[in-house]
Amino acid sequence: MKIGIIDYGMGNLFSVEQALKRLGINAVITANKEQLNSMDALILPGVGAFPDAMKRLQETGLASFIQSTKKPLLGICLGMQLLFEESDEVTTTEGLGIFSGRITKFTNAPRIPHMGWNDLQFAHMPNWLTTLQEERFVYFVHSFYAKDIKPEELMAFADYYDVQVPGIVAKNNFTGMQFHPEKSGQFGLFLLQQWLEGVKKC
Amino acid sequence: MLTKRIIPCLDVKDGRVVKGIQFESLRDAGDPVELATFYDEQGADELVFLDISASYEGRATMEDVVRQTAAKLAIPFTVGGGIRTLEDMKRILRAGADKVSINTSALEQPTLIQEGADYFGSQCIVVAIDARFCEEDSTWMVYTHGGRNKTTWRAIEWAQEAVRLGAGEILLTSMDRDGEKTGFDLALTKAIRDAVTVPVIASGGAGNAEHFMEVLQQADADAALAASIFHYKETSVAAIKAYLHNKGVCVR
Repeated sequence: MKIGIIDYGMGNLFSVEQALKRLGINAVITANKEQLNSMDALILPGVGAFPDAMKRLQETGLASFIQSTKKPLLGICLGMQLLFEESDEVTTTEGLGIFSGRITKFTNAPRIPHMGWNDLQFAHMPNWLTTLQEERFVYFVHSFYAKDIKPEELMAFADYYDVQVPGIVAKNNFTGMQFHPEKSGQFGLFLLQQWLEGVKKC
Repeated sequence: MLTKRIIPCLDVKDGRVVKGIQFESLRDAGDPVELATFYDEQGADELVFLDISASYEGRATMEDVVRQTAAKLAIPFTVGGGIRTLEDMKRILRAGADKVSINTSALEQPTLIQEGADYFGSQCIVVAIDARFCEEDSTWMVYTHGGRNKTTWRAIEWAQEAVRLGAGEILLTSMDRDGEKTGFDLALTKAIRDAVTVPVIASGGAGNAEHFMEVLQQADADAALAASIFHYKETSVAAIKAYLHNKGVCVR
């Protein structure tokens, strides 16, 4: 199976690559659209600020590539947020618009960022996930979260003060994870592995 | 619900883990990558590597340790020690660390916090503060160089300034308690916890599971860090977490 990690100059690609390696996948890290098109599935990682990330995706033509791809695509952390319509981070910026909803800052939480391990609660099962483990803690680190999303696209969430933080969103070939599966111990690796299994069936 | 974190700290010198009592009499306690994997399996929520190498060669070795650790570990880890410039941060983060921790260099050059936060985001920048209570100042003051040099900063004010500049987390060490195993400094931790909005990791003084409960519940620290009690197998991460769970502290 060939997995492409979309390299647009934002964030730590190394840890995602290493996690895939542990699952027996040698991923290709590239910004080349033709190369990405030859993959079975794509991962959009990302750490950093939303406007910078969108700017880079647009400059490289990767924005329209992602919007039109039919391949399974997994967005992680900022990579998930970029799949939404709009973000308030720094300045109002249009996103890729695959999921309805906006990215907004935590307002009432006494602690920002939302940093650490939180319990993932499932509202729906994504089509690539058939079973669950008993322990469902995943590692989050973010100050912005997805709001006003469609209930049917929300798969799993975590409670953080007065907010239900979307943890996993899914729609057609697109999946987003707000937490870092590559940093979430055995359960994180399990989720990545399940997503990869889903890719195989496509 | 967000859980409280237990963080083993590994002091690394020239590629080997050591831990001093009050920063003196160092003892060799093992291979960093092996220990990191062991702690991951034990249920550690994060790890901190503190590079105490004095030489350039020692620091270059640290980069290898980071790379090897990142290839094996499925939990986040922070690297501190010897990070003085944005280039140093890039070197360590690109080798696979999730966060960098800066201490003396942040005091000498506070804009380093801002540069790091602008480049990598606040979540990558931990500011470590070594604090000691001073009778003449009637408060905790910030110290550098392993507690030898007193600065003019009050710990509370420095923590606030660090967060204003972009620190995403504060790693707070009580120099009064470090190595004593008599418990964390609850008053200091509470004072810093109340002064900033970012997560606070309490460090210095852990001797048993009850100490962890006190600092996480009474002082409301977001995380607690310890070194020697884990390395010398006086207790384990798993045992402490089981204790905390029984006492109603939310842990993973």
